[in-house]
Formats: sequence, C-alpha cells, structure tokens
Amino acid sequence: MADEVILLSVWASMFGMRTRIALEEKKVKYDYREEDLWNKSSFLLEMNPVHKKIPVLIHNGKPVCESLIQVEYIDETWPGENPLLPSDPYQRAHAKFWADFIDKKVNVTARRIWAIKGEEKEASKELIEIFKTLESELGDKHYFGGETFGYVDIALIGFYSWFGVYNKFGNMSLESECPELTRWAKRCLQRESVSKVLPESEKVTKFIFQRLGLE
Amino acid sequence: MANKEKDVKLLGFWASPFSRRVEMALKLKGVSYEYLEQDIVDKSALLLELNPVFKKVPVLVHNGKILAESHLILEYIDQTWKSNPILPQDPYEKAMARFWAKFVDEQVGPVCFKSVVKAEKGIEIAIEEAQELITFLEKELTGKDFFGGKTIGFLDLVAGSMIPFCLARSWEGMEIDMIPEEKFPELNRWIRNLNDIEVVSECIPHREKQIEHMMKVVERIKLA
Repeated sequence: MADEVILLSVWASMFGMRTRIALEEKKVKYDYREEDLWNKSSFLLEMNPVHKKIPVLIHNGKPVCESLIQVEYIDETWPGENPLLPSDPYQRAHAKFWADFIDKKVNVTARRIWAIKGEEKEASKELIEIFKTLESELGDKHYFGGETFGYVDIALIGFYSWFGVYNKFGNMSLESECPELTRWAKRCLQRESVSKVLPESEKVTKFIFQRLGLE
Repeated sequence: MANKEKDVKLLGFWASPFSRRVEMALKLKGVSYEYLEQDIVDKSALLLELNPVFKKVPVLVHNGKILAESHLILEYIDQTWKSNPILPQDPYEKAMARFWAKFVDEQVGPVCFKSVVKAEKGIEIAIEEAQELITFLEKELTGKDFFGGKTIGFLDLVAGSMIPFCLARSWEGMEIDMIPEEKFPELNRWIRNLNDIEVVSECIPHREKQIEHMMKVVERIKLA
C-alpha cells in the first residue's frame, strides 16, 4: 500500500516551509494543499482541533501537528541516507535545543517588527541580537549541524524569506548586520529542497503590505 | 555500564515541575545523580555558566555534557539509559507524546495558572478556558491507566509533574475546584494511579510547602 501524505499549509508560513523542506529532502511524495487562514477548511479543523493551525502533516490518515515535531517524524519515518538529526543522543539534544531556541525567540520577536506599531525599533534590535547568538552557534561550520544540512537549518531557513519584511519595517539591513547568517542562508538556498520551497522575499513583502493595507 | 553513571549532576529547584520530572526519569532508570538545589532568584554562577542562553533549571550534566530544557533532557536520558523506556518506539506514537507534552507545558501550564490568577475576563471565563484545555487531556486518557498505556511514559512525566502537583496545589491554594471528579473522571483516576508509582511519589514536593510557594508566585503575578 502506497503511503498517502498530505500537507496543509500556507505558502508564506516559515513553519510550513520546514515540513515541506523535510519532505523534499527525503523525496517523499506528498499532496500539498494551500489553506486560507481566514476561511479554514473543515478538514484542517478536524485534523488539528487543538490549535486549528497550519502546518498539519497527515500520513495515511493520521495527523501530526507542530512543524518541528513533523520534521522529526519525517526523519524517523523515512530514515533514508540523509538523516536530518544526528543519532548520538547528545548531538541530537543539542540540535533540538537550538531549534527550540529558534521557536521560542525568533518569530515572537520578528513579528513585533511588522505586526505591532511602535515596536519596530526595539524588536529589530532584539532580533539582531538573537541572530547574532545563532551566528555564534553556527561559527565557521557550513551548516548548524556541521557538514550536512539538517534539523536546525530547516528550523531557521524559512525566516530568510521574511528578511525583506523585517528590513522594510525595521528600517535595517539584516544582511549587513548578520553577514554570516546571510552566507549560511544563501548556501542553504543552493539546495533543491530549499529553493523549491522558499518564496521570493519580494513576494512575502508584497503580501504583508497588501495584508496591512499599505501600498 | 557503570561508566555512564560516573558523573551525573542535576541542577534543579525543589518546586519546579520541570526539574522534578527529570528526577522522576533518573529514578525510573535507576541512575544515581548528584542533585544541586538552585536559587532561581539569586542565580548561581554555575547555573549561568551552564545555561547562559536561558539561565534556567533544570540543567543536566553527564560526563561533562551539558543539557538544558526538560523535554530534551528526558529524551536524552531515555536514549542513554535503556531500561524502562520513556518514549514509545513507533514514530507516530512518539510524535503524539511530544505534541501533548508541548501542549501541557506551553498551553495548559500558562492558561491553567497565570491566566487564572490574572482572570482578565473574570474568574469564571478563566476557569472555563482552563477546563477546555484540560478536556483534551481527559480524552487522551480514556481507557488508559497512564498516558503511556500500562506504564508511565514521557507524557506522564511531563503532565504528572505539572498537573497533579504544581497546578493542583495552586488551585487548592486559590480555592478553585478545577478538575472535579464528575467532570474529569479519567484525569482523577490517572492522578490516583500516579500516586502509586514510587518514582513519582518520591519526587513530589511537600504539599503545604508547595502551596505556600505557589501562593507567593500568585502574589508576584498579581503585582506585576
């Protein structure tokens, strides 16, 4: 029996991007379904009754919610040749710690730059600090996990497509403030899975402008 | 085997459900460890050195390797010491355990405690919203002795440190009957089942002391 894999997401979600990249990395065939967050499908609400959010990964009828949990599930279900997480317990915990850090810190801060009037300046400063912490963790490695693209890279890379938004609203250049991270992001974009999934920064910026009724 | 246990230290705080659950896991696996009680207000240089990112307990140190974040520590313990497995083998069951554990710490904890204390829309609505979340857990327990099935697992350690001891004692101190038997028969049965598990009951903070502590936290929240 062939696997049936469905992913409910929205194109601009950096969380949905994580799951898509993981599926692409593992070359899993999946049915991508774009959701309208202002008119959520009954299927989405049925598959994620607790949070009613995307992304939702449905594997042979069984839903898995929360993007990082989905990435780990994908890694464990389709081990293949390219593991996304290390097998050593300590290295694994280390990777999950940084992905968790990204989850706890990045979006909640970055969002304040464009979604809450008056917070751009402070939130921009905080975001730069968070990215600098991540740059120190990256060090001079190719990817967060070392030589191979993996879990932490997947956790973070989606945010790169939102740099245009953060730069515009925060009146800054994240590329100049965080050159190491920018170099890392461009390296990730050379991977087919990432270039296929990440939207153009301009497209995201235009979408946010339209959503906020600007331009 | 003995080499693995050579150097296990746990930095914790007696009233923290996050550090208590790590103790439960270590005891479940029969791992001996050195416990270092931390002052979470006046943080030690050691804590700040070992967890510079979040500056929080628990922190586990194993043969020089430093681990923070209780869920990650539990998974590390499970992968390092193989007796009495905490997480299921099946990837889907694992994903479910992780999902519900995240739900307990990120939703149930704050909504059933801080939001109830603040009661911004009034106490009745706060209790209703809290019970709505707890109902999800009630459903998860239906027909099971524990979240993990016949024996305690990952979610039992996470929810078992958070709900019956930390949250329940807060509700007791605030005189709120949050999980009455008629409304939450499964949860109440699970709490009774947990009480019979030695590694859990050994790691419960003293009742009155914890109520007193949680009431101090309540005051701090109200003043903030």
